[in-house]
Amino acid sequence: MPSPSKNVRRARRFSRPSPWVYLFLGVVLLASVFPFYWSFLIGSGDSYTVRDPHMSWLPGGNFWTNVDKVVNDPSVNFWRALWNSIYSSTLIAVSVVFFSTLAGWAFSKLHFRGRGRLLVMVVATMAVPMQLGVVPLYIMFSELGWTGNIGAIIIPSLTSAFGVFWMTQYLRQAVPDELIEAARVDGASSFRSFLTVGVPAARPAAAMLGLFTFVSAWNNFFWPFIVLDRQDPTLPVALSLLQSGYFVDYSVVLTGVLLATAPLLLLFVFAGKQLVSGIMAGAVKG
Amino acid sequence: MPSHRSILPQRNGDSALREKLTRWDVKSAPYLYIAPFFLIFVATGLFPIGYTAVISLMEWDMVRGTGEFVGFDQYWRVLSAPDFWIALRNTVSIFLLSTIPQLVAAIIIAAALDRNIRARTFWRMSVLVPYVMAPVAVALIFSNMFGDKFGLVNSLLTQLGMTSIPWHTDPFASHVAIATMVNFRWTGYNTLILLAAMQAIPREYYEAATVDGAGAIRQFLSITIPGLRGTLIFVVVTSTIGGLQVFDEPRMYDHTGTGGPDNQWLTIALYLYNVGWGEWDFGRAAAMAWILFALILLVGLINLIVTRGLVRDDAAAVAENPGRRVLRPRRTTHDNARPVEEANR
Repeated sequence: MPSPSKNVRRARRFSRPSPWVYLFLGVVLLASVFPFYWSFLIGSGDSYTVRDPHMSWLPGGNFWTNVDKVVNDPSVNFWRALWNSIYSSTLIAVSVVFFSTLAGWAFSKLHFRGRGRLLVMVVATMAVPMQLGVVPLYIMFSELGWTGNIGAIIIPSLTSAFGVFWMTQYLRQAVPDELIEAARVDGASSFRSFLTVGVPAARPAAAMLGLFTFVSAWNNFFWPFIVLDRQDPTLPVALSLLQSGYFVDYSVVLTGVLLATAPLLLLFVFAGKQLVSGIMAGAVKG
Repeated sequence: MPSHRSILPQRNGDSALREKLTRWDVKSAPYLYIAPFFLIFVATGLFPIGYTAVISLMEWDMVRGTGEFVGFDQYWRVLSAPDFWIALRNTVSIFLLSTIPQLVAAIIIAAALDRNIRARTFWRMSVLVPYVMAPVAVALIFSNMFGDKFGLVNSLLTQLGMTSIPWHTDPFASHVAIATMVNFRWTGYNTLILLAAMQAIPREYYEAATVDGAGAIRQFLSITIPGLRGTLIFVVVTSTIGGLQVFDEPRMYDHTGTGGPDNQWLTIALYLYNVGWGEWDFGRAAAMAWILFALILLVGLINLIVTRGLVRDDAAAVAENPGRRVLRPRRTTHDNARPVEEANR
């Protein structure tokens, strides 16, 4: 017979936690956003702010001057970099989403010879580090005369093993087989049934994959740094240029950091919920 | 006869041609759908990997675009250079300093988020904020904060009466600083993955454990951690793959970007870049790429085995026999204590 005390304790786990938990999470939140505030603090000062031992914790008045410096620095090409980042990340995200949905549809819902083995191959490619291919990739693109061209960073990223795996997992449980058979009976071609049955079902997973791909394409550095022209960079490459040279003005550098991060922060404010729930759903459980 | 399973219903009225077309559509469509992935992968993944192997056996001539076969000379050159061993030490050190604290922190934060908190989405989103920031941007901020003379960290240390730390001259200090950047960016991401796995653990386990008198820490160690086993392995292996390739942060740690005047924070990936695109020695860079890959496989495997070993017993119990066996170890230890606790309430 359950005693009252037992019931009380049973309920405890589902009641609100102690204030310490909120305090702890508050500290974590502070640690997450403090570096942003720090960049703003330095970015709103001048080149001496960094060295000031009595630096104020309130922002200075130089932010727009520094923005102006970053945006008009001839060695950085900020607007070009911003455009390149938007253009390449969008194209990569759209392409990865489309091809991953297509391949995920085939792997999860269509029957063909070698399906299992091919899917294992896709997953295996995820363990291969970028470094293993950069030397020949660089040689290939320079033979083609594409080094310095934004295409050199777009083409290798047009598809993604993670994306294919992700969509396969999602579509497997999201679409009942009967639905495809019904489309078939109605005389739909294979591609048409993909468009009418697969694509609508894939939408939530596709949104997450698109966001995820966009963020990683935007932040990618190693390969763009190698293959792109300094005059025609993406934002991370442009940021790296801000720090080259012996006299580094950190107020300008950290303003640049904020400017390069702002678009993604905006995206996160609007779509972060989706990104979070996507990561939550995509984790390997158990 | 083709062995594929047709999902086509047989209809009498269709013309032979149309049926043929439909059959062809059903048979070939899957291959067409997966073709883009494999085409891109062969062109930009598989072929370059094989090509890397070939180049690594050559003395590559940039001008002529071909090489002279030299066998394993490049590998010996890499392995006999003292810089390589320093880079290896740095890579492993930064990797350990980033992975271990990061995962410990991620598990603890995830456990806090797993409680029945208010404004759950807000907290979840807040931990993910650092993840949207480019590693280059993170590195620029933190290398500023870890400045030797005027950095925030050192001025706080001196204000507290401690000596400032030479973040850019001492190897270990520089590893700590670089690992901090990696931890900052990835802890939240791993937190959410672990949180997802925590939420999949049946709540009844906790209820039963509470009834049995197990405290929060005991429950965490005996239910939560074992329940995370698969996810922990996944997270450890992915952070191994990423952690051993660390490039952006050491590259941006000072304005020269070469890994420090005495190679204090030269990592293998950064070394590979310096050799390939600084010295333009592609043969040696290619050999290094293969050595790095071997290292990733080796450490990944070790981590897999260690993680599996560390969280095994209870996890197997949870997986195979939920509800019954999971509580047994706790019963034996707490049976005697229970009446006392009950009496205290």
